[in-house]
Amino acid sequence: MESLSGRKKVLEQKPMNFWERMYLPAIFRGMAITFMHMFKKKETIYYPEKEREFSENWRGMHSLKRDEQGRERCTACGLCALSCPAEAITMIAAEREKGEEHLYREEKYAAVYEINMLRCIFCGLCEEACPKEAIYLDGPIVPADYLRKDFIYGKDKLVEQPITELEALKAAQD
Amino acid sequence: MEAAFLIEKILLVVVLFVITLTIAAYSTWAERKVAAWMQDRVGPNRAGIFGLLQPLADGGKMFFKEEIIPSGANKWLFIAGPSLALLTSFLGSAVIPFGQSIELFGKTVPLQVTDINVGILYIFGVVSLGVYGIMIGGWASNNKYSLMGAIRGASQNISYEIAMGLSIIALLLVTNTLSFKELAEQQHSWHWNIIYQPLGFLIFLVCAFAETNRVPFDLPECETELIGGYNTEYSAFKMGAYMFAEYINMFVSSAVMVTLYFGGYNYPFMDQVNALLGPTWGPLVGVSVMFLKIILFIFFFMWVRWTVPRFRYDQLMDLGWKVLIPLAIANIVITAIVITVVDKL
Repeated sequence: MESLSGRKKVLEQKPMNFWERMYLPAIFRGMAITFMHMFKKKETIYYPEKEREFSENWRGMHSLKRDEQGRERCTACGLCALSCPAEAITMIAAEREKGEEHLYREEKYAAVYEINMLRCIFCGLCEEACPKEAIYLDGPIVPADYLRKDFIYGKDKLVEQPITELEALKAAQD
Repeated sequence: MEAAFLIEKILLVVVLFVITLTIAAYSTWAERKVAAWMQDRVGPNRAGIFGLLQPLADGGKMFFKEEIIPSGANKWLFIAGPSLALLTSFLGSAVIPFGQSIELFGKTVPLQVTDINVGILYIFGVVSLGVYGIMIGGWASNNKYSLMGAIRGASQNISYEIAMGLSIIALLLVTNTLSFKELAEQQHSWHWNIIYQPLGFLIFLVCAFAETNRVPFDLPECETELIGGYNTEYSAFKMGAYMFAEYINMFVSSAVMVTLYFGGYNYPFMDQVNALLGPTWGPLVGVSVMFLKIILFIFFFMWVRWTVPRFRYDQLMDLGWKVLIPLAIANIVITAIVITVVDKL
């Protein structure tokens, strides 16, 4: 029957001729192809030494951000933990004491903030849920490790490094 | 039998043993490198420069893995299998001449462990012994996949030995000798047997692939159908012994093919080179030529492995019985007629 799309192709199955039945020409052609591939450019990126370029919206390791004055933005509202489909985030909130205004922006802050990197699926929902723009998945690839307990990242690994005075000066000049 | 003779032979055996082991070990490295290159990858490059320490790392890993002997297995035969495979693979290189006689410390030393006048028969005997390693190992595992692999290995080796033997007969009609030393000497400079026996070489090559269980004839150990075939149940160094035996077989069959068809240690203009370098360094050039040829053949084995897909079992038997054996017989008849006609003229 005629095909309506006109794109139907009937496979032709001719019996093989003598040369094709010998297989050797086909094998030699295949071997020529594999031989040529030996001199092609390798696609491999030598990973730990070199990293591949990431796209702008690549989601890597989380970082807890600081504001312009170097104070932690997180207010421990728990929305990130609530939005997390993998249940990877936990935290313990604490109240800001007098004299800690230079450390935490809001009156409440996360005393403990933990992300289990083995649970995390890097979906970025915590990033979306955060009302304080405190968490972003803008870090590098999460490195491999030997023990499960070492994959639970605390504030020591997650919080952004405080801005040093020199850098602040430079930023102000720019 | 004098002491000097004994020492000379023992030294030769030890050197050959070490060379065989080194080449087999580095074949595993080369196999992975060649595979990687052909697939646009880099291959092992972490252990040492270019990954050159990889065989050592692999060997060390094999030693420290846990040995598992299945409870249903026949313990002694289970151990005998890989040992026999390794032993028989080593035996073959004893009759292969790796160079002309060399003058060392005022003595003429032949670079061949032993020159028996039925060297080719010896090689055939050793090669057909090789199938016992696979058979015993596969049977003793008490595993259906292993048994299937072993049966495949046995039937495949037996079928291809016939075509192999027939292709050799045509060669013997030309050379009139079974001794490897004489075979090598007859192919002086460029008079290699490949010129007189191209078809015979092709048949021998295909059969060599089948005898060493290399792709495209690796049915005894095909992973996709038999989850490893005869070595499914093997672990640790017994597994390593099987793998090692395969690479040693590859080295020995390359050496046999080089000696039978590609002139062994002979190369064009060798007389001039020998006259120039003297009786010590001249033959050494021949030895390196021989090993260069062997390495090229090993590369060829790997090249084919990463190009050609595996045969189906019935296709394998078709090729062996319906194509190679008739071709080999035709080759014998044609060779015999040509020799008779040339002799009469």
